[in-house]
Amino acid sequence: MRVTFTVNGRRHEADDVWEGESLLYVLRERMGLPGSKNACEQGECGSCTVRLDGESVCACLVAAGQVEGRDVVTVEGLADQASRRATDGRGTTAADEQRWAPQPAADAGVPLSPVQQAFIDAGAVQCGFCTPGLLVAADELIEHNSRPSDGDIREALSGNLCRCTGYEKILDAVRLAAARTDQSEAQQGEAV
Amino acid sequence: MAGATRVPTTITQGTTTKGGIGESTLRPDGTLKVTGEFAYSSDLWHEDMLWGCTLRSPYSHAEIRSVDVSEALKTPGVYSVMTHDDLPAETNFGLEIHDQPVLAKDRVRYHGEAVAIVAADHPETARRAAAKIRVEYAELPPVHDEMSATGPDAPVLHPGRDDHHAPHVAHPNIVHRQPIVRGDVAAARERADVVVRHDYEVGMQDQAFLGPESGLAVPAEDGGIDLYIATQWLHVDRDQLAPVLGLPADKVRLTLSGVGGAFGAREDMSMQAHACLLAMATGKPVKIVYNRYESFFGHVHRHPAKLTYEHGATRDGKLLYMTCRIVLDGGAYASSSPAVVGNAASLSVGPYVVDNVDIEALALYTNNPPCGAMRGFGAVQACFAYEAQMDRLAEELGMDPVELRQKNAMSQGALLPTGQQVDSPAPVSEILRRVKAMPMPPEKQWQSSDATRGGTDVDVRALPGGLSNTTHGEGVVRGVGYAVGIKNVGFSEGFDDYSTARVRLEVAGGEAVAMVHTAMAEVGQGGVTVHAQIARTELGVSGVTIHPADTQVGSAGSTSASRQTYMTGGAVKKSCEAVRERVLQLGRERFASHHPAWTGGGELLLEGGKVVTGSGEVVAALVDVLGDEVVEEELEFRHRPTEAFDLKTGQGFGHVQYSFAAHRAVVEVDTELGLVKVVELACAQDVGKALNPLSTVGQIQGGTTQGLGLAVMEEILVDPDGKVRNPSFTDYLIPTILDTPTIPVDVLELADEHAPYGLRGVGEAPTLSSTPAVVAAIRNATGLALKRVPVRPEHLTGTS
Amino acid sequence: MEFLRPASWEEALAAKAEHPTAVPIAGGTDVMVEINFDQRRPEQLLDLNRITELHEWEVGEEQVMLGASVPYTRIIENLRTELPGLALAGHTVGSPQIRNRGSVGGNLGAASPAGDSHPPLLTAGAEVEAESVRGSRRIPVEDFFTGVKRNALAEDELIKRIHIDKASGPQQFSKVGTRNAMVIAVCGFSVALHPERRIVKAAVGSAAPTPFRATAAEDFLTAALDEAGLWESGGAIPLSVARQFAELCSASCNPIDDVRGSAAYRRHAVGVMARRTLSWVWDGYRSTGGNGARNDEGGSRCA
Repeated sequence: MRVTFTVNGRRHEADDVWEGESLLYVLRERMGLPGSKNACEQGECGSCTVRLDGESVCACLVAAGQVEGRDVVTVEGLADQASRRATDGRGTTAADEQRWAPQPAADAGVPLSPVQQAFIDAGAVQCGFCTPGLLVAADELIEHNSRPSDGDIREALSGNLCRCTGYEKILDAVRLAAARTDQSEAQQGEAV
Repeated sequence: MAGATRVPTTITQGTTTKGGIGESTLRPDGTLKVTGEFAYSSDLWHEDMLWGCTLRSPYSHAEIRSVDVSEALKTPGVYSVMTHDDLPAETNFGLEIHDQPVLAKDRVRYHGEAVAIVAADHPETARRAAAKIRVEYAELPPVHDEMSATGPDAPVLHPGRDDHHAPHVAHPNIVHRQPIVRGDVAAARERADVVVRHDYEVGMQDQAFLGPESGLAVPAEDGGIDLYIATQWLHVDRDQLAPVLGLPADKVRLTLSGVGGAFGAREDMSMQAHACLLAMATGKPVKIVYNRYESFFGHVHRHPAKLTYEHGATRDGKLLYMTCRIVLDGGAYASSSPAVVGNAASLSVGPYVVDNVDIEALALYTNNPPCGAMRGFGAVQACFAYEAQMDRLAEELGMDPVELRQKNAMSQGALLPTGQQVDSPAPVSEILRRVKAMPMPPEKQWQSSDATRGGTDVDVRALPGGLSNTTHGEGVVRGVGYAVGIKNVGFSEGFDDYSTARVRLEVAGGEAVAMVHTAMAEVGQGGVTVHAQIARTELGVSGVTIHPADTQVGSAGSTSASRQTYMTGGAVKKSCEAVRERVLQLGRERFASHHPAWTGGGELLLEGGKVVTGSGEVVAALVDVLGDEVVEEELEFRHRPTEAFDLKTGQGFGHVQYSFAAHRAVVEVDTELGLVKVVELACAQDVGKALNPLSTVGQIQGGTTQGLGLAVMEEILVDPDGKVRNPSFTDYLIPTILDTPTIPVDVLELADEHAPYGLRGVGEAPTLSSTPAVVAAIRNATGLALKRVPVRPEHLTGTS
Repeated sequence: MEFLRPASWEEALAAKAEHPTAVPIAGGTDVMVEINFDQRRPEQLLDLNRITELHEWEVGEEQVMLGASVPYTRIIENLRTELPGLALAGHTVGSPQIRNRGSVGGNLGAASPAGDSHPPLLTAGAEVEAESVRGSRRIPVEDFFTGVKRNALAEDELIKRIHIDKASGPQQFSKVGTRNAMVIAVCGFSVALHPERRIVKAAVGSAAPTPFRATAAEDFLTAALDEAGLWESGGAIPLSVARQFAELCSASCNPIDDVRGSAAYRRHAVGVMARRTLSWVWDGYRSTGGNGARNDEGGSRCA
């Protein structure tokens, strides 16, 4: 079957999709977006977390056919989404299609999103396989709650397994990202 | 609690180059990893690529009567189906003993053993074809424990063994046995005021790395093969692959792709040979990616162990003797069982001075899943038992458990049961003191008085049971426990342990830049970060490129045994020093007349892109000295040689270095439901020298958490008939962020003069003591004996 | 495999009638696992995501009409007052990502004995509205579970809505798992007070082939409360009564030993949860002066 949907603001189409394929498989193997990770394929690790119409979901548990016409944001689109959110204060929508470029975020001059930068700065990345899913989940948390308590962070990330870090530096990273976001929002508020 | 983490802040003396050793520089692969662009082995893609799929045995022990692949071959989209009969050359592989068939022949020895492989144009096509392969099995009685392995009627799992352990084992189903005897246990037993003897058990832990086994094999025009793979040791994969593929080693080229964690599970081959064989058979690139279910069958696990320990001590707590017997279940194939036995035996006494010992460790062949390397490698199992013994002994003696440990703690100069003298700092007592001195976490952190929520509030997230809402404080009791452990660093027992690094220095873009090329597997530990730091420190440059790891350079050895910073770091340092020497020679030849320091005989250094004197005076710019010259060195680095343990007495200089960590665990146990919340897990560890403090702490926290997992939840359950019962992340549970406490870390830096920069391997030691510390804390809260890990709710509620 | 994408409820019913073996898929949190792991290859997948009414709910006088596909996250956010037990149970389902997709309809369709929403549905009082091209019917949730992963749906039926009684008193849910988040129930327990009817309902998950009401325990407690006039007095439940209630809940279990827990542990844990959750709901009842429902989650922080 054919499926067509928006990923990171750009329309993607895939043909000859087997009906049992997941959104994760289509992203990784058919759309050249392997950033979402295939760690468990049973919804128990969160490594494939993407935003589906704004909601964090496990891409491995969404059938490809279910995404027809819908809007997906993956880790590859996180920097772009964050920069737009920072400038116009809204999330990704399908209407941003033309602005999306397939270049790597760093090369395209789009700065890393606050969570991405914080994960690097805090040492929250080791093998990095859990990182994309954690970034998407953490980004959503901070979008909704710019001053999360440690308990809030732990709960929001409780669906994302990490085997390398023991999570301490991930907590550090999310605290850091939240603080930076909060600060820059406060500055923006003053500017307005 | 972030403030509780203490990291060393010392900066390498005299270095003005930024980003050298001792600094918390950031990962060079960080940006790629946070943008999703870092290419892991499962992300690879090639034009015209096929997908491989593996058919596995549903039985743990069976004779294969027949295999019929005809229906599978007829499936449209299928390019190749292979069984044992189709193997072109050598049929077996193995790390030490080549006892494992690439595809099973005549007999399967464990549940999940590979029997046939398929290549097709889509993974689903391959799966459907594999399902059409007809295998006729005749089940055989499974060997599942010591009794069934060595009893009079035990079926011999590997008839005709000719490996070098075969001559000294009492039964062919024993892979290897290592005794260690020293002193006079019988006499010491006579003198003992207190004797503590117990049996312990450690369940089968899985490494549970997140990136599944995967890789892409691409047939090359020269008849060779290029394999892009996630592994821990490229060269040992190559050396096992080449004979199986019937190719010379130089035609089997491996390149490391992104590795999603390892922890020992990638030391053995998984899909490497299968992908290469299918690629050679079809002439097309073949990708294989295991899913999580298959991953549980695709790699070795931590050896489950049964341990019997006896300690005797004087009334005032001096250990007089120790005896132990450690039986490790090696499963169907040898993997690294012999080395695990050596570790278990030689580290079985722990970081304590005990003059009289009688030790025996052995590994069995069974029809259980093969077991091999996992972080801690034989030392984890022993540590659980000897630390439980210390607590029991302290209880018997009415002593403080930390005081008892400190009283018997080894220090530099101590003699190990193997007769080896510990010849570098062994601050066992000090790290115990440090964890004990850390401030205790506040009581009842679940009681928050959040004004916005009206009155007192219970935060179930901070309670045992967590989000499942099992208690609001009822039945919850706090407990505190301590443990300390000892782990060897690097390969032991006479193994020729070396690593290779190629370092190049040249001018590019008007700046002197270095390139470091090694075959070290970056599995997440941060070796690439450290290599760049070493190059900066040694060569005084800021720009360092890390070349992708491959087999086009000499072996780096495995990313295991806490050895890579020591070994490949040592090789990078050594090659950098050679490069530096050549650069200075170049300078002397070209610029002798420009500055007296060139010929003055004083020390010259490379710092901040300059050649400087020992007192910091600039002699020349590095770019000028180099000119158009490209200076490259590829050198091997070896640690001091070790020797094998005597097969009867266990005596010998077996290990090159030791590392020590101590933990204090604070837990809250719901004593009625048997659920545990680890509140804090504090660690103190000596690392010799923290080359990258941020990464060092990250290693300690990660290792600590894996130990926590073994303490309270992680176990692969295997039926008596050898079937794996929980091969999924639904039922093999690893800690979530809500199971993991704050982990304050106190890092000591007591240099080991034998090691590069005085460093000490970091990765494994924290995995050892974490488990017994947590269990000690649970014992402290419940008063239960708890002689098995993981501790399950059943054990805490008497409902097993 | 065929992927059916009905755009309306009527189309979905027609598709199910035409393909009775079609497997409905909404959040995919069960079905996709089976497909990913090659445990299931249905001839058709019947996608229910496009049917908007399945994602809607309506709060009525007596009941909440909950669309079958309403994700747990919405229940936790929006229906904590009306359906406190279900909201609490929903909060223990999987992870945030799973709660964004998983739904009560999916839980009922899978009919796992470990389904977290089953006990609170049993204690709140609920009916499953099943529909086919032949017509619609309401199945009391007590009659819905017919065996391990089996339910009362005919092969051409789909779950449209669940009609759940609004809470008239405090409700609680508790579940035991061997991890502090993202865990399948070793066993689960729900209790609901119905002060207007002077009855207590208790239900157990994952301790028998199907989720069930612990009726003997309910009857005992209802009688004991009545006898002592505790509904009126708001007095504390005597320890002996709470113990007896817990023991009866335990005794009503018929659990198995499996990888997640032993039968003996399940029986034991159900008793502990019964005693604790009873104290939480009764404290809630007393703190409202016997005025019935309030937004009570036993003081636990959720959502």
